[in-house]
Amino acid sequence: MDCAITVRDLDLYYGTFQALKKVPLDVMRHRITALIGPSGCGKSTLLRTLNRMNDLVPGVRIQGQILLEGRDIYAADMDVCALRKRVGMVFQRPNPFPLSIRDNVTFGLRVAGQTDRDVQDEVVEQSLKGAWLWDQLKDQLNRSALELPMDQQQRLCVARVLAVEPEVILMDEPCSALDPIATARIEELMLDLKTRYTIVIVTHNMQQAARISDYSGYMLLGDMVEFGATSGVFTSPKDKRTQDYVSGRYG
Amino acid sequence: MKMSGEKAVRFGLMLLAFSSLASLLLIAVFILKEGVPFIIHYGVREFLLGLNWQPHKQEYGIYPMIISSLWVTIGAMLIGAPLGIAGAIFLNEFVPRTVMRIIKPTIELLAGIPSVVYGFIGVMVLAPFIRAYMGGPGLSVLAASVILGIMILPTIISISTDAIGAVPNTYREAALSLGATRWQSVYMVTIKAARSGIVASIILAMGRALGETMAVIMVAGNAVRVPHTPLDSVRTLTANIAMEMGQASGMHRQALFATGVILLCVIMLLNGIAISVVRGGVRRK
Repeated sequence: MDCAITVRDLDLYYGTFQALKKVPLDVMRHRITALIGPSGCGKSTLLRTLNRMNDLVPGVRIQGQILLEGRDIYAADMDVCALRKRVGMVFQRPNPFPLSIRDNVTFGLRVAGQTDRDVQDEVVEQSLKGAWLWDQLKDQLNRSALELPMDQQQRLCVARVLAVEPEVILMDEPCSALDPIATARIEELMLDLKTRYTIVIVTHNMQQAARISDYSGYMLLGDMVEFGATSGVFTSPKDKRTQDYVSGRYG
Repeated sequence: MKMSGEKAVRFGLMLLAFSSLASLLLIAVFILKEGVPFIIHYGVREFLLGLNWQPHKQEYGIYPMIISSLWVTIGAMLIGAPLGIAGAIFLNEFVPRTVMRIIKPTIELLAGIPSVVYGFIGVMVLAPFIRAYMGGPGLSVLAASVILGIMILPTIISISTDAIGAVPNTYREAALSLGATRWQSVYMVTIKAARSGIVASIILAMGRALGETMAVIMVAGNAVRVPHTPLDSVRTLTANIAMEMGQASGMHRQALFATGVILLCVIMLLNGIAISVVRGGVRRK
């Protein structure tokens, strides 16, 4: 099995509150891994440790090991900016910058110092194509991204991540602000993206996890209760608590 | 009985609200009534572009004072704007919230210091320093610019800090998650998102600098002439009015009111721009 990310015995504290307890996780390359569980179970926290976004929270303390392609991402010599280019993130609410569509997509390039217009144009086209936006938006690249409808904004955020050419894409409830039709489109897009990228998604929508993911982890109060192939977790859960959750008796 | 009480309170509050509006209107009407006839009588061109201000010879050219006000204001902006914006960015992005909660009110306290105290410091400390190390009379464009630059800091920092603080955290997160450094996320996203508020703070500060009188009288030197270097003594429009109103009468008095008309127009223009910039910024979001 090819693991892109391996998490071992991860403890995370916000001050004195322990949000993650000895959590394990294996993220398979070019697969969709879903993290499910009720609110406050630590699934978003776990996701945010994978690109070290939790570093921004004051008073956070992390123990344990997270390996990205075999290298500890919390090692002292890890370049956090470089890590975040390899592990991109799509957020809960679409958050395009208040800039033009083009400037949104090229943001990662400009951060990296790539100012060549031709290179940028090529990346804008490829990234928007990758997020299924090119045909709709190719003639209005200078429009403000904030004028787009929500689902296009969210796919623009995907395009913005694709432009950085990450290995892993983290998605934190990417459809929670979208209607069912837009949600379906994002899900299709994710299935398309997994041929080239490794995807980890946090979702509170069990059907969504069942529809699109290859592996699922059920979390509860900071514990990884059960982790395995999605079909197994949903049809024959080993743990009673997982069974209660996926059958809708809890959460 | 109860209803009539409600009505009385409402009426009373309305009266108070309108009285402040009325006083603004009265001031404007009064100044215009006294000043505009003079400008028409004396000639717009002669008044605005005349080089000589010699009331005893019936010469009322305010060109040197317009240029002086411009120099002093621009100088104050050159000093105050970068400091203020940098301070606002620092407070928002690089300092813990708790520290900011102490520093920001302290900076806002600067606005409460009477302008005569600023002027006093300018006269006692800054002017002698400039005279000793840079030459000239000390009381100069430079001294006035530095003092005004400090005086407008609270305006710029306070409004800019609010504007930057209002930038959604999701923008910062998005920038950082794309591999931006802290500083890249600040100048590529945060400042752009807070742009309208920052511009408004600068324009409002410009209005303050242009209108400030006491501190400027004390440190600018008050010589009526077009400055050639920042070390020259100058007299601003506001200083001119304040210094001469006491002993002016007749034409002279009207000329000072006319100077007030010019100031009023410029300040209203600046405030108008500030308001439209802020509204424009809100509409874009």
